[in-house]
Amino acid sequence: MKYLDEFRDPALARRLFDDIAATVTRPWALMEVCGGQTHSIIRHGIDQLLPPEIELIHGPGCPVCVTPLETIDKALEIASRPGVVFCSFGDMLRVPGSGRDLFRVRGEGGDVRVVYSPLDALRIAQDEPGKEVVFFGIGFETTAPPNAMTVHQAKLLGLENFSMLVSHVRVPPAIEAIMTSPACRVQGFLAAGHVCSVMGTSEYPPLAERFGVPIVVTGFEPLDLLEGIRRTVRQLEDGRHEVENAYPRAVPAEGNPAARAMLADVFEVTDRAWRGIGVIPSSGWRLSERYREFDAEHRFDVTGIRTAESALCRSGDVLQGLLKPSGCGAFGTVCTPRTPLGATMVSSEGACSAYYLYRRTGGARVEEVRSGG
Amino acid sequence: MCLAVPGKVIEISERDMTRMAKVDFGGVVKDVCLAYLPEVEVGDYTIVHVGFAIQKLDEESAIETLALFEKLGVLAEEFGDVGDRAEETTS
Amino acid sequence: MDDPVTGTADGPLDLGSWSCPVPLRDSPTLVLGHGGGGQLSAELVENLFVPAFTSGAARGVTGGAAGTGEGAGVLASLADSAVVSLGGARLAFSTDSYVVRPMFFPGGSIGDLAVNGTVNDLAMSGAQAAYLSCGFILEEGTPVETVARVATALGDAARLAGVTVVTGDTKVVDAGHGDGVFVNTAGIGLVPEGVDIRPQRARPGDVVIVSGDIGVHGVAVMSVREGLEFGTEVRSDSAPLNGLVAAMLSATLDLHVLRDPTRGGLSASLNEIAKASGVGVSVTESAVPVPGEVANACAFLGLDPWLVANEGKLVAFVPPEHADAVLAAMRAHPLGTRAAIVGSAVEEHPGTVVARTGLGGTRVVDLPLGEQLPRIC
Repeated sequence: MKYLDEFRDPALARRLFDDIAATVTRPWALMEVCGGQTHSIIRHGIDQLLPPEIELIHGPGCPVCVTPLETIDKALEIASRPGVVFCSFGDMLRVPGSGRDLFRVRGEGGDVRVVYSPLDALRIAQDEPGKEVVFFGIGFETTAPPNAMTVHQAKLLGLENFSMLVSHVRVPPAIEAIMTSPACRVQGFLAAGHVCSVMGTSEYPPLAERFGVPIVVTGFEPLDLLEGIRRTVRQLEDGRHEVENAYPRAVPAEGNPAARAMLADVFEVTDRAWRGIGVIPSSGWRLSERYREFDAEHRFDVTGIRTAESALCRSGDVLQGLLKPSGCGAFGTVCTPRTPLGATMVSSEGACSAYYLYRRTGGARVEEVRSGG
Repeated sequence: MCLAVPGKVIEISERDMTRMAKVDFGGVVKDVCLAYLPEVEVGDYTIVHVGFAIQKLDEESAIETLALFEKLGVLAEEFGDVGDRAEETTS
Repeated sequence: MDDPVTGTADGPLDLGSWSCPVPLRDSPTLVLGHGGGGQLSAELVENLFVPAFTSGAARGVTGGAAGTGEGAGVLASLADSAVVSLGGARLAFSTDSYVVRPMFFPGGSIGDLAVNGTVNDLAMSGAQAAYLSCGFILEEGTPVETVARVATALGDAARLAGVTVVTGDTKVVDAGHGDGVFVNTAGIGLVPEGVDIRPQRARPGDVVIVSGDIGVHGVAVMSVREGLEFGTEVRSDSAPLNGLVAAMLSATLDLHVLRDPTRGGLSASLNEIAKASGVGVSVTESAVPVPGEVANACAFLGLDPWLVANEGKLVAFVPPEHADAVLAAMRAHPLGTRAAIVGSAVEEHPGTVVARTGLGGTRVVDLPLGEQLPRIC
C-alpha cells in the first residue's frame, strides 16, 4: 500500500537504528502511549534491535483495555436483553466483564454483531426498525469523531431505535496522571499519531513544559516509530523537552477542525474511570445534554450492577507502565488470551497480549539476533 | 487505538446528505465517510479509521520524511556528527 | 523481570500438558471461536472428543493401523486425514463439514469447497481421492435453485478433481435451524506404497515450502460478507491439490509433512506441525508470499494474513536433500507456480514457530485463539 510499505523499508530502518545507537549515551525510559504502537514495536521486533540503553514502557493507549469493568458489565446486561441488537468493534467481544464476555452473551442467544464502522450500526437501526440497536462507543480521540458523527446522524434522521453506550477516553489527562504517579519512570513520550491527526498538537506543550519531558508525535509503521524514538532520545541527550512532530504527513498542528467542532457539539468532558488505574479527572467524554436521548445508559436501566474484578490481575500496573507484562505472576499461566484476567491480555493492542503473542521465546534467541546485527 | 491506514480517494458522492467516497487501499476499495474532510478531492490520499477519513495525507511531507531518512548516516559518514541538527527543521 | 520469557517453549502454556479430559475451562456454552481452527478448536478436540472416542474398548480399533505403534492412535494424531489399513490396502479417510457464509463468493462456492476441502485433506496424507460421500443439511425455505447451484458446483468440482461421489444423504431442518445449506463430505483414497506423510514426521533440517500466495480465500470471502463488504479483485484459491501432491511425490516419496492451511491459516498449520513433531519452526517473514491486495485488506481490517484461511494451498516439510527437486516439481505445476521456501524445522524452541521480521528481529508466531475479528484498535 502506498505510504505504508515505504515506511517499513529495512535499509532505511537500519539508518535510523544506527543513528539512535550513535546518539544514545545512557539509559532512557520512553513510553509509547498507544497500544497500536506497542503492537507494531513487538510485531516487528523493534525493541530487540534498539540499543540496550533504551527501554520502551508500554502505555495505557488501548481503549479496550481501559474501558471500566462497570461499563463492560452494562454492555453485557444490555446485549443480553431480547429485542436488542448490540453492535461493537471486534476487539471488545473477548473483554471479560464480571464473569463473562460478549462472546458468551452471543452464545447464550444475545444478538451481538461485529461492525467495522459505527455507521454500519446506524444502517442496521434503519434496516431493522423493530429492534433497539445499541453501539458500544469506545475509543480515544481518533475514534470519537466517527462515533460523534454517527450519533449526530441518528439525531438528524430521527432514529429512535438507536443509542450508544459511550466510554470515550482522552490522552492528555492520562499523560498527566502517569507523570504525577509517584512510581513514574517515564522520561519521554511517543504521542499517539492518529489521536493528533484529529486533535492536533496544541494540548501537549503545557505537559512537556510542566513535567520536563519531550513529547514526540509518532506514527505506527516501523520507520515512524524509529523516528519518534530517535527524536525523543536526541532531545533527552540534549537536555531538551519540546513537542516535536515526527508524523507530519498525517498530523497538521491544528488537527482536524471539522472533527473537533463535532466533538465539541456531541460530547462533553467528564471524569472517567480507567480499568485497573482508577478515576482520572476530565479524562473522558460522554454524550452532551443535546444528545442525551441517544445515551444507552439513559435508555436502559442498568443501575445497580455489581462488579467483580479478578484479584490476580495487575493490568492496572501494566497500563501505567509500572509493571512489564512478563513481571506479572499470572502472565502466561493463569492469564492468557484464551482466559484473560484483564483487558491488557484481551485486546490485540493490549500490552500483555502483544507480549504473549510475539515474545514467548527464549531470551538467548533475542541476544543472538542483537549481536548478529 | 486507532488502526488507521492511508488510501486514495477515487470517487466522491453525496449519500443521505453526507459526503462519501470510494477509497482505494492498494487494490481494496471501501466506502468511506468524508464528512470531516470537506476539501478533499479525487486523487487525494486520506487516513481512514473505522470508515471515516480523519485526515488528509500530506504527500509532500511523506516524501520529505523519507528523504530525511535517506540522508541519515550519509551526513554522519561525510561530516561526522556536524550535520545532525540541520535536518530537524524539515518537519 | 525484564525478560519477557515465562518459561521455555515447553513451559506452562503448552496445551500438551493438559492430559486429562477436563471440561472446557471457562465456557459452559460453545462460542463461535470453538470452530475457528485455533486454540479453542484444538482444546475442544483434544479435551472432549478425543478422550470420548478413544476411552476403553474403542482404543485400538483403528489405532496402530498405520503400524506405527505410537499409542495415541490414528485419531489422536489429528492429521488432516486418517490413514488406516483395510484388507491389505492403506486407505486415507477424511470428513469435513462446510458452513461458509455467504455460500457464493468470488472464485467459488460452498459446493466446490466441499469437494476440494476433502480431496485436499486426503492429499495431505499423499493419497489420491477416489470416492466421496456427500450429506446435505438444508434449511426449510431455501430456494431450490440455490441448492441446484451448490449441487452443480459440487459435481463440477468432483469431475475436475477426478473423484466420484458415490453415496449421499439429505435432511431438511426447520426454518431458522440452519443457514441455507450445510454440506458434509467424506472421502477415501489409496496411499501409495512407500509414502508416510504425517504431522509427526517433521525433523530438524527439513525445508518448509509453501505452495503459493496465502490468505487469498479468506479475504475473498470477507469481501462479500455482510457488514464488511469491500471491493477487490481477490478471488478464492479453492482448488484440488491432489495433482500438485502427485507431482511432488514424483520428485520424492520421502515427503515428511503436508498440511493445507485452511481455518487458522499458515500460523495454525505451522504450529500444529511444530507441536506434533516436537521441532521448532523458523520462518523468514519476507519469504512468505502474500499478495498486495491480501496484505492491504488485512491492514485496514486489522487482521494477520498468516491467520487467514486458504483453500488451495499447502505447506510441506521436506528433507533438505529433496527440497530443490520438490520445489521444481511444484513450480512446474499450475497450482504451484508461486511455491517458495519460507523456512526450516530446527532443534531450538521445540513446539514453537518463530518468524524473523523484515527488520531482522524475531517474533513468536502463535496459534490463533479463535475466529479472527476485524479490530479497530
